[in-house]
Amino acid sequence: MSKMLNLKLKIWRQDGPHSQGAFLEVDANDIPEDASFLEMLDVVNERLIDDDVEPITFGHDCREGICGSCGVMINGQAHGPEKATATCQLHMRKFNDGDEIVVEPWKAEAFPVLKDLMVDRRAFDRIIEAGGYISAPTGTPQDANATLIPKEVADTAMDAAACIGCGACVAACPNSAAQLFTSAKLAHLNVLPQGQSERWKRTENMVETMEDFFGSCTNHGECHDACPKEISLDFIAFMNRDYVKAKVKNRSLAAQ
Amino acid sequence: MVTLDSKVPDGPVAEKWDNHKFSIKLVNPSNKRKFDIIVVGTGLAGSSAAASLAELGYNVKVFTYHDSPRRAHSIAAQGGINAAKNYRNDGDSVHRLFYDTVKGGDYRSREANVHRLAQVSVDIIDQCVAQGVPFAREYGGLLANRSFGGAQVSRTFYARGQTGQQLLLGAYQALASQIATGKVTLYNHSDVLDIVTKDGEACGIVTRDMLTGEVHSHSAHAVVLATGGYSNVYYLSTNAMACNVTAAWRAHRKGALFANPCFSQIHPTCIPASDEFQSKLTLMSESLRNDGRIWVPRDRDETRSADQIPEDDRYYYLEEKYPSFGNLVPRDVASRNAKTVVDEGRGVGPLKNGVYLDFAAAIARDGAEAVKERYGNLFDMYERITGEDPYSTPMRIYPAIHYTMGGLWVDYNLMTTVPGLYAIGEANFSDHGANRLGASALMQGLADGYFVLPYTIGDHLAPKLGNTPVPTTDAVFTEAVQAVDDRTRQWTTKKGGTHGVEYYHRELGKIVWEYIGMARNEAGLQKALSEIPALREEFRKNVKVLGSPDGINSMLEKVNRVDDFMEFAELKARDALQREESCGGHFREESQTPEGEALRDDENFAYVSAWEWKGPDQPQELHKEPLEFENVKLTQRSYK
Ligand SMILES: Cc1cc2nc3c(=O)[nH]c(=O)nc-3n(C[C@H](O)[C@H](O)[C@H](O)COP(=O)(O)OP(=O)(O)OC[C@H]3O[C@@H](n4cnc5c(N)ncnc54)[C@H](O)[C@@H]3O)c2cc1C
Ligand code: FES
Repeated sequence: MSKMLNLKLKIWRQDGPHSQGAFLEVDANDIPEDASFLEMLDVVNERLIDDDVEPITFGHDCREGICGSCGVMINGQAHGPEKATATCQLHMRKFNDGDEIVVEPWKAEAFPVLKDLMVDRRAFDRIIEAGGYISAPTGTPQDANATLIPKEVADTAMDAAACIGCGACVAACPNSAAQLFTSAKLAHLNVLPQGQSERWKRTENMVETMEDFFGSCTNHGECHDACPKEISLDFIAFMNRDYVKAKVKNRSLAAQ
Repeated sequence: MVTLDSKVPDGPVAEKWDNHKFSIKLVNPSNKRKFDIIVVGTGLAGSSAAASLAELGYNVKVFTYHDSPRRAHSIAAQGGINAAKNYRNDGDSVHRLFYDTVKGGDYRSREANVHRLAQVSVDIIDQCVAQGVPFAREYGGLLANRSFGGAQVSRTFYARGQTGQQLLLGAYQALASQIATGKVTLYNHSDVLDIVTKDGEACGIVTRDMLTGEVHSHSAHAVVLATGGYSNVYYLSTNAMACNVTAAWRAHRKGALFANPCFSQIHPTCIPASDEFQSKLTLMSESLRNDGRIWVPRDRDETRSADQIPEDDRYYYLEEKYPSFGNLVPRDVASRNAKTVVDEGRGVGPLKNGVYLDFAAAIARDGAEAVKERYGNLFDMYERITGEDPYSTPMRIYPAIHYTMGGLWVDYNLMTTVPGLYAIGEANFSDHGANRLGASALMQGLADGYFVLPYTIGDHLAPKLGNTPVPTTDAVFTEAVQAVDDRTRQWTTKKGGTHGVEYYHRELGKIVWEYIGMARNEAGLQKALSEIPALREEFRKNVKVLGSPDGINSMLEKVNRVDDFMEFAELKARDALQREESCGGHFREESQTPEGEALRDDENFAYVSAWEWKGPDQPQELHKEPLEFENVKLTQRSYK
């Protein structure tokens, strides 16, 4: 049997986007240290239900750190204290018996609270729709090995593509900027040979859509520290360079 | 009266698909915009289908209960996707992939479908690379491959340990581009709670908006279900928490036959459960078996730590019993043998509920860096979950429910027995037989979505040119909306109640795992058939659902799903009971060889069981689609 922890929780409760929220204080006793953070919330919820209190709503699905559904501020840190870890992969052995834990939703204007700990991150999808793809309609493309992609390039693309879209970068940013998310998608597609023909249009459209929703980046780097996939800040620099180039290229392409 | 017409085209298996594509009806390009298609699900199957259909010109509405299509369960797939590219020059071919898949499925899949899958597998890789999926590459720039359980060639393409994620992002991005053009309308946070039919044909769906609680209906010329599998009937599984059987089950209640519900796959390499609060089981990619050696201590009372146990005292049971495949035997064989050694009392770990997967030899041979390059993220994940370092102590693994081979019965066109209703990806039954080889589910989801459905759906639509979809003001819709609204509200108006939904789901899972899990026998299945209805009754009477039906209510979302699992589980038990043979992951204790291997009975069971709904308190009626094997000779599987 694993060791048991007794914890004091302060959890944010909010009925809907326009309601007032408040902290609920609950004791979470007898929590096995092998449980994940979300399993701890499950246990708390089952106990609330026993007491006829509505359970706390939080986003989650895969519980493997890959779908990007989960994510809360734990003691002020996006996804909690462990580096490179989504909330669902954070385990209670990282806490001590008797700890007080404050649990809040992501805070950002572009991510309104839907209920309790669950927020609306659909602004990310708008950024992708603005050009986060390579137009390759289903059909009969050339053989996959006809385009040689050096291993280093494929690896860089993969490093960028590993983003799970959880929104921790935005939540951790003092300006609620979405540079890390947007630049990761841009870098994934812009470094690949297949991504070249739409590169400049993609860059301009995605960056500008991002700016419609999110705050501006002042290079704090908090996003990287909060990122469960350790997406590199280099991609932001890459995006900024590509954006400047895109402005010039798109103008000359349009013969202005 | 239901007739099962598989519509498998005539002619040699290698020519069926090409001939069929030529002979089915086409919709003229300028007429495609006159048709509306509903796609439910945005996993690999749903996203690829919706994007491809929209590119062709159809008007597509796509539904998911997630906030974004990118979160569908497909995102979690780790290991890889197969394709018969023969880039390794190791003797692979379309025919060999076809052969391996039919054999791996223990001869319970439909030959024609599997051959088509092997054929289009080649195009899938090309399509994904064109979209920018960052598959692993060699230094020279060519695609890298690895091998997977059950295959003796290296035909698996991968993107680190995040293959499903990258394939789904590719399909999601294709979908996003179509959403931007307006050809696809996305309905997220939408729970599909019923399928609507008129005069026996599918004409639409009923949804609950999960943010407002409003119930809506949508109509179309055709409805495509890409809603994934039913593994969560077991409660603990490797599936995402929200995976469910609801859409398929509601379609079943509207006349779609449900095929082979007892076929569930058990994955051999998951992290064993650590306590009773566990909410899900985490898979460690099967690719780990390429380099990890599986063993348990020979002595049941072994107390030394793994690194202190000398070679002679270790039992490498797979390598000993199956010398030619060793640790790479197919999933069912690997799983069953793990269960055997654990049942014998040789299990490892605090609860003695696992076996070792040991990388010491690989690390000694290739160095820790090389192992890290190959599996680093999986090792990190293991470390986070268990608190143990797999570079220095062997991993502990145990089988878990992972994938479902049963699903809605579909014909060669992927249409269910309800005209106009299609099922693709894990939601249908057709390609994997009683067992699924690794890296073949991703392949099937994308094959169906990119390359099969977009052609075959035309056959149904072409004759409907000029028909408008049934209006949502029609009585069939208003009645369906009312029924869904009533069903949903009844849970919250109940007073009292003893336990939350989770409790009942867990109880159901225990019964299903115990009696319809890795090994089954008649007495156990009879027991399941008496315990499930009793639990269902108790659940319907006493489940406690708090909160309001108007707005976000996660308990309410779950209660409808568990209610459907309760009915589904009973069918699953009945299906397992009538299949008196061992087959794939379905091990019937009464049917085994003298060495204790699974014993198939082709004489009596070479068929698909397809069950017809007969009403709420009636047992379903069994229909059989006989399976003919013209190209792959029926042989007892042997991996010795
Ligand atoms: C951990 C893990 C690892 C795996 N690894 C591999 C691998 O390496 N190789 C391989 O080939 N396969 C692998 N698989 C299997 C493979 O991932 C799945 O079989 C496949 O992704 C299923 O795809 P799908 O599109 O059919 O369904 P899913 O991806 O499950 O998508 C279902 C969709 O339907 C929607 N949906 C369902 N019901 C409703 C409803 N009622 N209302 C609204 N929307 C609904 C969901 O929102 C979702 O979008 C793995 C599976 C798991 C769990
Ligand atoms: S629940 Fe999927 S990333 Fe946490």
